[in-house]
Amino acid sequence: MELSPDETIFWQNGFITINLTLVTTWVLMLVLVLTAVLITRKLQTGLKISRWQCILEMLVTGMNQQIKEVGLKKSEKFLGFIGTLFIFIAFANLCIIFPGYEPPTSSLSTTAALALCVFLATPIFGIAENGVIQYLKTFIEPTFIMLPFNIISEISRTLALAVRLFGNIMSGGLIVTILLSIAPLFFPVLMTVLGLITGIIQAYIFSILATVYIAAATEESDKKKLRRKNKAKKIIVE
Amino acid sequence: MDNTTIIAMVSIITAGLTTGIGCMIPALGQGKSISTALSSMAQQPDASQTVTRTLFVGLAMLESLAIYCFVISMILIFANPFWNHFIA
Repeated sequence: MELSPDETIFWQNGFITINLTLVTTWVLMLVLVLTAVLITRKLQTGLKISRWQCILEMLVTGMNQQIKEVGLKKSEKFLGFIGTLFIFIAFANLCIIFPGYEPPTSSLSTTAALALCVFLATPIFGIAENGVIQYLKTFIEPTFIMLPFNIISEISRTLALAVRLFGNIMSGGLIVTILLSIAPLFFPVLMTVLGLITGIIQAYIFSILATVYIAAATEESDKKKLRRKNKAKKIIVE
Repeated sequence: MDNTTIIAMVSIITAGLTTGIGCMIPALGQGKSISTALSSMAQQPDASQTVTRTLFVGLAMLESLAIYCFVISMILIFANPFWNHFIA
């Protein structure tokens, strides 16, 4: 029994291995990039726009709004990263309606890579927003004693992000496989439908959690906030 | 009993226990959070959108606890490292 698409190997030469996960990921990326390029080649601004442009606009506006609701004011800055995560995971999970397809997200290597991206993006965005010292200061808040716990939480939440996505998608596929041997007629279809819901929810959760982590890292410090408030007060007084 | 039999027996029993307990307790937590969210939505229908969003995020967090247990029991059954060690 195969637990992940990593075990289907097409070509191997020493350290380099090309397996089903890699191939599916690249095909998905190709499809996504090509559709995006084709749609955005002739954008219209009039009252009548093409259907594909409408879908794209809905996606971008919806994601922008969700990011704003979490608390990132300048959402356009983060849309590239978080939106890419969401679209890739959602598309990878939704394609299970095609027979013979194995989602790349049901392999721990893909989800670990995605979680590592979030793990690296948090300090990068934090430093770009507040500077190195201000970012490092968030580790010793509220007191110095919390330093090891903050570091542990940084690592454990990355692990949880990877295992959550992997476990949900992998268990969906596994349950369908097990059900095929018990009740092959009707129930696998129902479980696949459930898998579609789980896939979309997991994509949403992954990107929302990434947004929350980035929002926590880029939050402006209390001192900065106080200074800004004082400045605003002065302007009002004057 | 030889080593492989003992390992197989212990792995299977542990896998069942892991999934059993690991589904039971997150289910309690999920039920509690859903009932609280429902009553707060009934009191304040205006806030239902925020409550639903937070509820879904929280539910997925709780769900992942059960999924961790499931992953561990799957590893015990299908990809047991101790079993492989003794077979080889």
